[in-house]
Amino acid sequence: MRWLFLGQTKVRIPTDWRIPVAVGARQRRLDPTCMLAIVMAAWSILAPARSGAEERRPVPVLPGHTFQSAESQRLQNDDGANPGMLWVEQGAALWTAPAEVSGKSCASCHGDAAQSMKGVAARYPAVETQTGRLLNIELRINQCRTANQGAPALAWESDALLGLTAFVSWQSLGLPKTVHIDGPARPFFEAGRTFFAERQGQLNVACTLCHDDNAGRRLRGDLISQGQTEGWPAYRLEWQKLGSLSRRIRACSMGVRAEILDFGAPEYLALELYLAWRGEGLALSSPGVRR
Amino acid sequence: MAITRIVCPTAAKPGDVIEIKTLIQHHMETGHRRDDIGNAIPRDIVNELAVTYNGVEIFRAELQPGVAANPFFAFTTTATETGDITFTWTDDRGVKTVERRRITVG
Repeated sequence: MRWLFLGQTKVRIPTDWRIPVAVGARQRRLDPTCMLAIVMAAWSILAPARSGAEERRPVPVLPGHTFQSAESQRLQNDDGANPGMLWVEQGAALWTAPAEVSGKSCASCHGDAAQSMKGVAARYPAVETQTGRLLNIELRINQCRTANQGAPALAWESDALLGLTAFVSWQSLGLPKTVHIDGPARPFFEAGRTFFAERQGQLNVACTLCHDDNAGRRLRGDLISQGQTEGWPAYRLEWQKLGSLSRRIRACSMGVRAEILDFGAPEYLALELYLAWRGEGLALSSPGVRR
Repeated sequence: MAITRIVCPTAAKPGDVIEIKTLIQHHMETGHRRDDIGNAIPRDIVNELAVTYNGVEIFRAELQPGVAANPFFAFTTTATETGDITFTWTDDRGVKTVERRRITVG
């Protein structure tokens, strides 16, 4: 290991670290990810260092689809064409499907989702009163499965869990995002806010540098969004399937070459809460369509 | 049977031009990819969608490996009589997904 000074930040660099320019014998042009790395590295040196975590929201708060192409927006708005609706259909079927051992389905307790689940997704992530844990919708669904249905938890990013999450979120379509950040939720909120503002990864950038300071500007071919979460789970064209917000955040970690944490990691959950607060008032629009 | 989504009017007047939209959940594996240890991943795509209206074929599409996952089709037809519109998707494994929608014309 050796130390490298980037702006006012000291970062530890592995000794086998190389300046990421791939000019091999066969490959004469710059690899796009290397270009991104160079741009971000230069930026991390030049961008002013932020003093501690701030409590601020973008003005105005813009939904995620604002930063997508007109074609993607049309796809999102047409529920006969939006491919994410396939998972909503799947979730609708699972809602009434009895669990193997107990024979209980979601509907056995919750009845008609259009009534019982309306507005629920808008309130998540939320702290579970009994245990004090912060749960996002996926974790809440799995918690319900294991505790009340006597069924095994569904795997992260499985079509079944995505389907149920999308189906539950769909019941809050158009409702404003409002999460609780006080009381037992406060420490989680603070952790999320800190995570958002802290520089991380080999590129040594913080979420806020892109999603606050440079939202609306281009990063190569992409338009930088505000990092709002109201459209998730969303169908990402790159993935060719629906994906959870956790998966999207993991992709961000990879993009800045930070450690990619596990699904359901406390840092990501706290971040989800902070992001939800940051986009408070945005109308839920899951399943969104993203590039 | 794969998961599908069909948007199709349930009622129309004779002679109305109606729009039908269909989606099917399918990974559309191209057959050109290899897995982590270098084995070829066999092709598995939806290769055909056929639609009949009271037994008469009104739409047929032949799909190729370049088509994206979860293929979407939208097309129009003329409402002629009350009856069933039947959608049949066939994939490379021979799995047929069949859905019916009733339309009342009058």
